[in-house]
Amino acid sequence: MVIAKPGLDGHDVGAKVVALALKDAGMEVIYTGLHRTIEEIVKTALEEDVDVIGISIYSGAHLALSKKLMDRLKNMGLADKMVLIGGNIPQKDVSTLQEYGVDGVFPVGSNLDDIIDFIKKRIGA
Amino acid sequence: MKKNNAEEQKTVVLESGIEVKPVYGPEDTKDLNFEGKIGHPGEYPFTRGIHPLMYRKRPWTMRQYSGFGTPKETNERFIWLLEQGQTALNVAFDLPTQLGLDSDDSFAEEEVGRVGMAIDTLEDLEEAFVDIPIDKISTALTINPVASVLLAMYLVVAEKQGIPWDQVRGTTQNDILKEYIGRGTWIFPVEPSIRLIGDMVEFCSRNVPKFNPFSVCGYHIRESGATPIQEMAYAFEIAITYIQEVLSRGLKIDDFAGRIAFNFDIHGNIWEQVAKFRAGRRLWAKIIKERFGAKNPRSMTLRMIAGGGGGGLTVQQPENNIVRGAYYALISALSGTQTMALCSYDEAYTIPSKKAALISLRTMQILADEMGLKDTVDPLGGSYYIEWLTDQMEKKIVECMQKVEDMGGIVKAVQEGHIQREVSHQAYLREKKIQSGEIPKIGVNKYVMAEERTEIELHPFNTKVAEEQKKKLGRIKAERNNAGVEEALIGLKEAAQTEENVMPHMLKAVKSYATLGEITKVLKEVFGEFKEPVGL
Repeated sequence: MVIAKPGLDGHDVGAKVVALALKDAGMEVIYTGLHRTIEEIVKTALEEDVDVIGISIYSGAHLALSKKLMDRLKNMGLADKMVLIGGNIPQKDVSTLQEYGVDGVFPVGSNLDDIIDFIKKRIGA
Repeated sequence: MKKNNAEEQKTVVLESGIEVKPVYGPEDTKDLNFEGKIGHPGEYPFTRGIHPLMYRKRPWTMRQYSGFGTPKETNERFIWLLEQGQTALNVAFDLPTQLGLDSDDSFAEEEVGRVGMAIDTLEDLEEAFVDIPIDKISTALTINPVASVLLAMYLVVAEKQGIPWDQVRGTTQNDILKEYIGRGTWIFPVEPSIRLIGDMVEFCSRNVPKFNPFSVCGYHIRESGATPIQEMAYAFEIAITYIQEVLSRGLKIDDFAGRIAFNFDIHGNIWEQVAKFRAGRRLWAKIIKERFGAKNPRSMTLRMIAGGGGGGLTVQQPENNIVRGAYYALISALSGTQTMALCSYDEAYTIPSKKAALISLRTMQILADEMGLKDTVDPLGGSYYIEWLTDQMEKKIVECMQKVEDMGGIVKAVQEGHIQREVSHQAYLREKKIQSGEIPKIGVNKYVMAEERTEIELHPFNTKVAEEQKKKLGRIKAERNNAGVEEALIGLKEAAQTEENVMPHMLKAVKSYATLGEITKVLKEVFGEFKEPVGL
């Protein structure tokens, strides 16, 4: 899977912690680094043929960035990829994110094992 | 009874890896000689504080981080905070500004005015400081890769207010090395970024003597997962790097070391933090005196802002963060900080609401005026435990600095990503310990409440800010003398290509109302961009 930091936000501890946990759980994880555009993230997902795309956003711009990601995936014929979002996500935005097609929302304070289980169950690993 | 015994037997180990005994006594401090290791406040090695009278003479400066939306909205918040008794300003910029992008840049979309105020041109900063006497109020500008641009803007604002530069007081955060480790607002590669810091220090030491051109942030390094020992050790290694850059230009250590500032984190074990700062003061004094040969005692003092500790706050049961904030303030005061800025209780969600900012300010005021924290200097000094722990912490910081130097120095360790990997692995281990309950966190792994949907009042985000900023930017571009802008930018580019100090050209560029984005673009053309080492 790919863990990505879209946009300008520099809070990367959460993304790195989740990436390390998934790696420990036996998954192959690519971390993009900071300040990535949605186009770059989708390109990485395509080139690396990942099953899961995880993005992490703390700045508050999560709705717009998720919408952009989902649209881009659809346009590229990658709507089947599992998309997860983490970071500073208020409860009130969870349903909107789900409407956009985001598969799992894991805000700050989520349990690492829950994230791992969620992916394993869906991917059937 | 059996349980009590087990409790007594259980070892207590601090985050710094130091084991704590149940009781300390004179035998633990018998090797500490008072004159050499502890001394009087205001005297070398400054273990007990950098001023002889500390808060007895003047309480710590209160400087809450604030700024959002348009410069006008931010100006209103600044004035309101000053009316409430805040004694200095600490400016939050939005992410596009922090990364040198104008509000009309496509990559800035959705971020304009969100986590701080938007600045595109000098006019924005002028608006932000209307009716604020910047010779009397010191201002911290939380800005890093483009700190030179904001410093130039701030100095022109002073000029326009009729304030001579030698009366301008403030700080640009301007610590780029920690941005690569944590926080993440970097633009240019490491070397030219350090050169820009050198240009600013050189310029300020000659022209703006009361300004602190950089503030080294152990804070964000700790927030990224570092232990308190690493926080201090990496911060000192970073500060030493900047010092060496400035010395290479022919300045003497006493010309500028007295204007070096630090920004440290406060969350964690109370005694460990207090000892960390006492050890840090002693070690820093020694480094500046012995390694750099400073003669002026002021050069040897570790001056700091403390009080924040976002990593200790929780999204669960957010009002508990008010209590944590109060303890952080207490620790900061017991640690002898010069300036205090607390994380507001809603920090885990958003930038501070008006209510949250006011509670933080009142927390500090209650501590200063009601609780006796101003009465006497370093009240914990002489405690067997604190003095022993201070000594242990100092030894560990020295060891950790040596480790960095063995890696080839902090610049190399950051360029190659070693430090980043080290701290993120520690963040992961810490998170695992929180999730397993090994590190207790109230409301997270202990005393968890099943149904807690505490809806706290959040700072609202105004989507109109971007439109307003874009409109303003369009008007300024139409009104300004574009030939003058072009000329200033060419001058800046030529200076950047040589070893000439960029600051005079930066001043000319901002005065011509060149935008932050235009200036940054010119520097990018010369310097290139940082390539982040992304290996986990």
